[in-house]
Amino acid sequence: MSSEAVSRAVVADGVEWHEVCAVDDILAGTGVAALLGETQVALFRLRDDRVYAIGNHDPFSHAPVLSRGIVGDLGGRVVVASPLFKQHFRLEDGGCVEDEAVNVGSFPVDVVDGRVRVGVAAG
Amino acid sequence: MSDKKTLLVAGNGMVGQHFLEAAVEAGLGERYDITVIGEEPRPAYDRVRLSEYFSGVGAEGLSLTTMEWFADNDITTCMGVKVDAIDRDGRRVTLSDGSVMHYDRLVLATGSYAFVPPIEGIDRPECFVYRTIEDLDAIIAAGGAARSGAVLGGGLLGLEAANALKNLGLDAHVIQFASTLMEVQLDGDGGRMLESKIGDLGVKVRTNSNTRAIVDGDDHRLRLEFADGGHLETDLVVVSTGIRPRDELCEACGLERGERGGFAVDDQCRTSDPAIYAIGECAAWNGRVFGLVAPGYEMARVAAGALADEPRTFAGADMSTKLKLLGVDVASIGDSLGRTAGAQTYAFTDGPAGIYRRIVVNAEGNRLLGAVLVGDTEPYSNWLQYCINDMPLPDQPEGLLISGVDGEAGGLSAGALPDTAQVCSCHNVSKGGICNAVDDGATTLGDLKACTKATTGCGGCTQLVTQILNMELESRGVAVDRSLCEHFPYTRQELYHLVRVEEHQTFESVLEKHGKGLGCDVCKPTVGSILASCWNAYVLGDDTAQLQDTNDYYLANMQKNGTYSVVPRVPGGEITPEKLIVLGEVAKKYDLYTKITGGQRIDLFGATVEQLPEIWRELIDAGFETGQAYGKSVRTVKSCVGSTWCRYGLLDSVGMSLRIENRYKGLRAPHKLKFAVSGCTRECAEAQSKDVGVIATENGWNLYVCGNGGMRPRHADLFATGLDNDALIQAIDRFLMFYIRTGDRLQRTSVWLENLEGGLDYLREVVLEDSLGIAAQLESEMRDVVDTYECEWKRTVEDPERLRRFRSFVNSDRTDPSLRFTRERGQRRPADADEQVVQSIPLVEVSA
Repeated sequence: MSSEAVSRAVVADGVEWHEVCAVDDILAGTGVAALLGETQVALFRLRDDRVYAIGNHDPFSHAPVLSRGIVGDLGGRVVVASPLFKQHFRLEDGGCVEDEAVNVGSFPVDVVDGRVRVGVAAG
Repeated sequence: MSDKKTLLVAGNGMVGQHFLEAAVEAGLGERYDITVIGEEPRPAYDRVRLSEYFSGVGAEGLSLTTMEWFADNDITTCMGVKVDAIDRDGRRVTLSDGSVMHYDRLVLATGSYAFVPPIEGIDRPECFVYRTIEDLDAIIAAGGAARSGAVLGGGLLGLEAANALKNLGLDAHVIQFASTLMEVQLDGDGGRMLESKIGDLGVKVRTNSNTRAIVDGDDHRLRLEFADGGHLETDLVVVSTGIRPRDELCEACGLERGERGGFAVDDQCRTSDPAIYAIGECAAWNGRVFGLVAPGYEMARVAAGALADEPRTFAGADMSTKLKLLGVDVASIGDSLGRTAGAQTYAFTDGPAGIYRRIVVNAEGNRLLGAVLVGDTEPYSNWLQYCINDMPLPDQPEGLLISGVDGEAGGLSAGALPDTAQVCSCHNVSKGGICNAVDDGATTLGDLKACTKATTGCGGCTQLVTQILNMELESRGVAVDRSLCEHFPYTRQELYHLVRVEEHQTFESVLEKHGKGLGCDVCKPTVGSILASCWNAYVLGDDTAQLQDTNDYYLANMQKNGTYSVVPRVPGGEITPEKLIVLGEVAKKYDLYTKITGGQRIDLFGATVEQLPEIWRELIDAGFETGQAYGKSVRTVKSCVGSTWCRYGLLDSVGMSLRIENRYKGLRAPHKLKFAVSGCTRECAEAQSKDVGVIATENGWNLYVCGNGGMRPRHADLFATGLDNDALIQAIDRFLMFYIRTGDRLQRTSVWLENLEGGLDYLREVVLEDSLGIAAQLESEMRDVVDTYECEWKRTVEDPERLRRFRSFVNSDRTDPSLRFTRERGQRRPADADEQVVQSIPLVEVSA
């Protein structure tokens, strides 16, 4: 784990893949925030080791806090609840359960050899 | 120009308003242009709950309607004026502002006024009546400079007024002309029991006292001189010596009057002029004036029915009543004084518990005519049903006195009631009416309230209505869904029991056995809290950390911009100068916004995640502990300086608050818990607004429970009196553990108590009398929690593995670059949206 934001690694199909941390750096059942350039990403690791990434910015409180919400499922979809005003965001696509017009964005995630990589659109 | 006729309603009190509602419901608006004239500046409010005005319920809180309601229902309002004269021939009224209004039908709901006896000096400015919000405002204004207040009159309203004086912090006296209190409702023994109970609460009662004159006092502003030569000095006087119908319009316009005053009305509430109706406390039916709201409401419905050509009959009213006066439960049913010919009485007194019960039965001994209850009104609703429905009594009616509810000889259950039984007398709802509502889809008490209004009057029928509701739901095979969330088909209380009995240590094991899915932000913190309450496990363990809300996860309170506040414990608000300096130095070093909070602590705001461990290390080194300000847990124990410094302090409130705070710190509960300890009844610590409030008296500690601030404030109830230090702690131990065991998710103690079947009396039985035999267990569970306390921050800063979690970013040591601050009044605070200008440097300051 570096003390600086990890530099871009691979660019493929218009996606920059950033290696962010080890899977074990995320306590199972919780989230962490990662800084990709100036973009904040909320990464979540479920108890079964699935890893998801969505935008960290909470559009309701305007604070970058989604990584610090409680992870769970609602109606079969994996979600995180914002720690400030408790809206739920789907980890698969970043959509808000309470307001379908709101989406915080989602990022592709790849776990290779115990390392987590997050993809952002290149450019 | 409308071709409708004009309906004028004089008076917008509770009954006048009820009439308007009944009129709207009956569709009178289609036939009449309705106008209401109200003398007070505001529309109708709940006079029954008037004394709550002293405990901070504002005029809005008491209001029964809104100006919008009038507008929505096309009712014209004239507030702040009254009817001065009626011209019956011309069908016109003259108002106090000189204007004249025509009517086709007139409804008089002018109520009553407080009777003031002709005592010399009673017109002094320090003498008040107790009738309107304006009266109360005047008493409050005068109370500020007063130490003592006296109420003339020991009836129901007089005792309410005495409570109000007590709530204003005054020494309260009650001067009663009769030989016992509440002589209209209670027999002599009942009145004396009430007197002794409220005497224990510090209200001084003086019976058989005829006030002759009110003159200047020596030590106080006033001196009351009594006919027997005695006297009493006091600063203000509240007169509560009965009410008189406001029927002054009778004489001038020739309307017939009842023997003892009031507009005489027939069974349709019509006066001697068929175009004029009278309802409520200004009306006399069969020569009788009814001074309660329920008969007034019935009259309102009868009059509205008559005007809508849907005649119903007023046939008198039940004057039974159940009250809490100065925290003492009092009730009277029917012919409570046994005036019916041939009536027989049975009575029961439990001196130590302060309970008095008396029943009056007919000559044959098979029907209940009336009853008196003091100190415990639990049997009230069942006994009332026996009485008003003329139901046969058990063979040995005296059995009712001991068991109260269901004597061995056969009790009264909701099932035994006939469908016609009137269950809610305020809103005239029968058992059949409730069954119909359930048929129409009502499944909760809230639904029933909305569609039948049952329980929304005096509330005395709540228990019975709930019983009927549950029974009806059961008989229809409806299971009420009380699931915590989609993952657990259990309530918090049920989950608590499962965790205890099956000794679950992790969320995963509870979920595997009793739930489904992954869990969510509802069940995870709930189970986390239960695990912490039961086993006092470290909240940041690998299994438990994922259950915590962000506040518990970072052991700090997240604020609006995602930074956290740091709140060290300052037990009882007592702090050394050295520690004060440390707080200042830490705040200065990390540039934290500093504020003294209502809980007598100092909060430090604006710390980022990575700063939290450094800040706490410095605080712990200086001897601070975490204040648990982040958890659903014990927060603070507010205190005054008590006997340590205060010239009025009776006991050591600081010492007691330290003992309490140190005992329960770290205790997790369904909701946050607040405490306070006051050193005397001046109550500087405001203990009566806390979950647990303690007030020193000359006889020891008085314990109050289940108060709260919040959106729906509630005064705490007096729970036990005259406790010594250890008895106090024992009672709190049991009370808290019982709440933690049985409270619902995020349920405050106030709501918990309101939903507890049997209410305060049941709670007292469980906690003080150990009626369930669980007291020893509750105490031992509390002891476990107390014995295993550790400062969560101390453990965390010593654990490098945990400290790794305190970073803004998993892949960078940078502080969150999006944070923006500005300065205001010399301190740093989050920048508002329009102040967020520069996007470059972390923790940047934007010039304000």
